[in-house]
Amino acid sequence: MQLFIDVGRYCRLIYEAIRSSTEVGMYRKNIISEMVKTGYDSLPIIILAGFFTGAVMTIQTSYQLVAGFIPPSTIGAIVSQSLLIELAAVISALVLAGRVGARIATELGTMAVSEQIDALESMGFNSVTFLVMPRVLAGVLMFPVIWVAAVVAGMIGGLLAGVLTGTLPPADFMLGARQVFSPADVSFGVIKSFVFGYIITSISCYKGYFATGGAEGVGQATTQAAVLSCIYILVADFVLAFLLL
Amino acid sequence: MIEIKNLTKSFGSNLVWSDVSLTIEDGETLAVIGKSGSGKSVLMKHLNVLLYPDSGEVLIDGLNVFEIRYARLRKLRQRFGVLFQGAALFDSITAYDNVAFPLRFFSDLNEKQIQERVMECLELVNLADIGKKTPAELSGGMRKRVGVARAIVMKPEYLLYDEPTSGLDPQTSDEINDLIINMADTLDITSIVITHDMHSVLRVADKVAFLDKQVLSWYGTLDELRTSDHKELNAFIRASEYTI
Repeated sequence: MQLFIDVGRYCRLIYEAIRSSTEVGMYRKNIISEMVKTGYDSLPIIILAGFFTGAVMTIQTSYQLVAGFIPPSTIGAIVSQSLLIELAAVISALVLAGRVGARIATELGTMAVSEQIDALESMGFNSVTFLVMPRVLAGVLMFPVIWVAAVVAGMIGGLLAGVLTGTLPPADFMLGARQVFSPADVSFGVIKSFVFGYIITSISCYKGYFATGGAEGVGQATTQAAVLSCIYILVADFVLAFLLL
Repeated sequence: MIEIKNLTKSFGSNLVWSDVSLTIEDGETLAVIGKSGSGKSVLMKHLNVLLYPDSGEVLIDGLNVFEIRYARLRKLRQRFGVLFQGAALFDSITAYDNVAFPLRFFSDLNEKQIQERVMECLELVNLADIGKKTPAELSGGMRKRVGVARAIVMKPEYLLYDEPTSGLDPQTSDEINDLIINMADTLDITSIVITHDMHSVLRVADKVAFLDKQVLSWYGTLDELRTSDHKELNAFIRASEYTI
């Protein structure tokens, strides 16, 4: 029964956020501020995560492909394509489910339990337009940017790891990457990042907006937002791979 | 004028109160009293439709607030100023910005005019010099006074106070009571004060509504309160360690 209530309330919240998007101009500053917090402020951790993912991927692929008849450029092909269609989007999303999702759920949860959301409504604001719409919009718009940063950092990490371990010259890495490059892979990665951005921000907004019960309630909302975001990212990853590949 | 007619509210299977009816005339100050958990704040949140009832009506100048569409409701809510129990100030911005907040979105004033209006409101609550402080840097009494300044900045017709003196020392409580009286007098505002502080009730109220045992148990003027032989009401007043 609670599941149906949750689904109903979530759909209603998102419907309100979409319906109120006509007021987007009024809250331009909020949207820009959220884009900075979600996108720009997340770049260091995303670049770090992407860099080491690419580096580890190169080392492990080199280790696995020991047969002499496999050209070294194959490693570059595997690493770059894996980054484009899977790793950059999923690793970024899982990292940001903690960083962005927890922040959103905590912010909104604290506002909910301290009556700040009621205060907004009392003043005549549409609290969903003011709080939820800018955060979801920022997530959907900035996650593709984050994905690009993760892919680039991953490629650099992979390339440098190949050089440092002496297993793969840069030219071979780039040759492999170019050989398998397909614009469809880029589209797939971008679609994934859109979807993951929406999942993280909308679930976190929902959990925070409806938080009750003081500090403990905010804590629960934050934990649930991060855990549910991770679960739905993995489910969406499978569904998108099934449908689009 | 606010008319509450046969209002009934429950949360799930828990009845908060039923069949509450009362009228709040323009310019008067009504105190709603009752034990903790008697649904005083719940009643207040029906006036500006933060909550919907199971049945009944709230009429503001004859308009049933539960039947109007959301866009019109937002306009209606701007006729109310609300001081929440914990002040509900936005903690990421300064006291000044808290007061200026609704003006920046819902008025045509430029930044200089906003500054003048904000300072006027902060001066009314005797806090003209704390604008740059964040809510975390303010005492409980100061936060409530900033909350009042924010509540009046849009020049509302109705001012709702939710437990304005709770958690405050007697001296600060008196300052808040003076503030409520001052707001009612200088701004000619209709005030609804949710409280269980009998000292505050006797200072600020014109009329009193007593919620008890899930009904509006008693309703009358302050003079009627002084002479009432209502058993539960007198027990509530005695329990407040207050003699009238």
